[in-house]
Amino acid sequence: MIPEFAHFLTCVAFVCTVVLTLAGFYTGKTQQVSGINICRSVASLQFVVLLMSFGLLMYSFLTDDFSVLYVSQNSTVELPWYYKFSATWGAHEGSFLFWTVVTAGWTFLVALKTKSLSMDMGGYVLGVMGAVNTGFLAYLLTASNPFLRLVPSVPDSGADLNVILQDIGLIIHPPMLSIGYVGFSVAFAFAIAALLTGRIDATWARWSRPWTHAAWAFLTVGIALGSWWAYYELGWGGWWFWDPAENASFMPWLAGTALIHSLSVTEKRGAFKSWTVLLAILAFGLSLTGGFLIRSGVLTSVHAFAIDPERGLFLLAILVTLMVPALVLFAVRASTLKSRIQYAGVSRELLLLLNNALLVFALVNVLIFTIYPLIHEWISGGELTSIGPPYFNAVFVPVMLFLTACLAITPIVRWKRTPLKLLKNALILLGLSVAFVILVGLVLSDQFVIGALLVAGLALWVIVVHIKEVIRRRTSMSLGITGMFTAHIGFAVAVIGIAITTGYTSSTEERMRVGDTVELNDRTYEFLNIEDIRGPNYIGQMGTFKVGDIYVYPERREYLTRQTITTEAGIDGRITRDLFIALGEPLPDGSWGVRIQEKPLVRWIWLGAFIMALGGILAVMDARYRKLQRRYLQAKFHSDDALPSSALATS
Amino acid sequence: MTPVRRNRIVVISFVFVGAVLTLTTTIFALQDNMQFFYLPDQIVNGEAPEDKRIRAGGMVVAGSIRHDEDQLLVSFELTDMKGSSFPVSYAGILPGLFAEGQGTVVTGTLDSKGVFQADVVLAKHDEQYMPPELDGLHASQ
Repeated sequence: MIPEFAHFLTCVAFVCTVVLTLAGFYTGKTQQVSGINICRSVASLQFVVLLMSFGLLMYSFLTDDFSVLYVSQNSTVELPWYYKFSATWGAHEGSFLFWTVVTAGWTFLVALKTKSLSMDMGGYVLGVMGAVNTGFLAYLLTASNPFLRLVPSVPDSGADLNVILQDIGLIIHPPMLSIGYVGFSVAFAFAIAALLTGRIDATWARWSRPWTHAAWAFLTVGIALGSWWAYYELGWGGWWFWDPAENASFMPWLAGTALIHSLSVTEKRGAFKSWTVLLAILAFGLSLTGGFLIRSGVLTSVHAFAIDPERGLFLLAILVTLMVPALVLFAVRASTLKSRIQYAGVSRELLLLLNNALLVFALVNVLIFTIYPLIHEWISGGELTSIGPPYFNAVFVPVMLFLTACLAITPIVRWKRTPLKLLKNALILLGLSVAFVILVGLVLSDQFVIGALLVAGLALWVIVVHIKEVIRRRTSMSLGITGMFTAHIGFAVAVIGIAITTGYTSSTEERMRVGDTVELNDRTYEFLNIEDIRGPNYIGQMGTFKVGDIYVYPERREYLTRQTITTEAGIDGRITRDLFIALGEPLPDGSWGVRIQEKPLVRWIWLGAFIMALGGILAVMDARYRKLQRRYLQAKFHSDDALPSSALATS
Repeated sequence: MTPVRRNRIVVISFVFVGAVLTLTTTIFALQDNMQFFYLPDQIVNGEAPEDKRIRAGGMVVAGSIRHDEDQLLVSFELTDMKGSSFPVSYAGILPGLFAEGQGTVVTGTLDSKGVFQADVVLAKHDEQYMPPELDGLHASQ
């Protein structure tokens, strides 16, 4: 009965979202208090029933209820409990249920905060959020139901969770990504509400910003975890493959990053208004596109996703029904959004414009790269093609370098116009940073990869300039500014990691027997022994390698139910370098294919990403967002009537 | 010219330059980096170019996997299950999920003897997953 009850709860949630959509738009139109109250109630109810429904699916996993088709496809009796727990969102149907829970969660949070939004704005925002989840739930209930039963013949055990998902990184990576993806629906809802009410001002921007920061921070962590997982689990030692599934998460990230910056101009300077709205629509649109591209299987991906064209079409339909009206509305209303903008020479406005231009340029390229094979196949009538990573790097690397250079001068550049003296001082720091990095490179390594050192020097410049500004300002920094500085420094840390890892990785692939040694970059890798291991649902071999006084244990596992083999790389990870050893296949004469890599500063890539996300979270906690709310409530209390938010635009 | 108008011109020229830049770099980069995909019968029939970076795919023929005696060199054959198959040579470590009878996509060049010299071997990750290029093969089984 439990899966049926969960199914029923999902249906209740669907009704809630329909009511929420209707009530939201009604409230937006009429500004009735009763309307917003209904919105708040159904938003809460929706979240509660979806949480329960998700919890019950989890219960089915934990209790090995293989009569549920989804459980039988993605679990076994032997699966460790924590993977049963994560299997709930480990495959298509469950991950989509999770999406709906997350959407309901964001909607719930927004509903809690709408008390200080004007009635029409709050109504439209909730209405749009409701419409988004209506689409998701309609899809879930018709095409992707996780509660289907296998009756009458219930299997004793299931087909096991996809083995590459049986990993700690993959327990948290998908939820983080989903929270980020769906989080952009809040910015989307605010954008639509702004177009409908015709009000887009500093208050509106201040409202949208914390939500966008939060979604962006989650997405950043999600992408970083995915990259980290690919690094140690796929056994190639790479951390980014320009794979369609990766690009699908990277495109909304680029749009979201551009949005964060453009929102700051809209808030502080009342500029870039229609552009900000368009970015908000695109960021969410790209999140949906990502979901469509991956799940429909229209593109080759190294990631494992069950492919079902019908599902892809349904997702495409959701994408079209949300995006087409949004873009039409934008086309009709955008001209009413007047920007006032005045700046000259080197100013923050110019810098932020550059930031947006570069990010969108990068985004367009990633998009073309990702879907080009589809277009080509369509034009040529079936000729299949793909585009290699070299293309990507050729376009992406220069753009990112330019972006990094712009980033370095952000702390010193002022609104409107910047004294050139400040910039001159910054250039001296650039020279010092690059010289320092080259010196360190020469001392620590026999190789000399000038490109990597120059990029690292550029990124170090970013860090130095930011830290210098922190020292200058001492304590007079708001959390918002602290968050921005943190995120920028995180970006620079990641760039240093990327540059040095790419330039200075030493790697080799060898055929080794037990007792053999391999020399790589002044280190001796000794293959000490190989032993059989046995896990709860797999058997395998674990090698022991000795590198100096460090021991590394790479594994090769064969998962019994799915009869698939995975590589668990052995990694000795330090902040300065990773020693990476992956076992290949056993060869007929008893030797092994072994991949050995030494990757300096590779950890900085993910460390940088986490610092960036931390910056985003700090910015969310900025006191001025709370102050705004308090002031608004007071104003409301005194006037006894909802103030138009433009009245507060200058505050 | 008013400042507003001047700024608008700056913005528009930025957008224009950006668009032109995007298009030119994209077209140039795409020309060098397009990798066409070929099925086994196309390779057997000589439809695939030699010495150009291409991708090809098929099912690994049972019993065709041969490891070199002392190097990390492996050779195997890929088939379309309809009678056409071609040899692949690869120096490196095969992916964990590579196995006989599995769908596999290789990237590399075709040499003059008709052997595919692969530098990337991708195996499917999941029994439900099939590279879209091999969809036709899968259906014809």
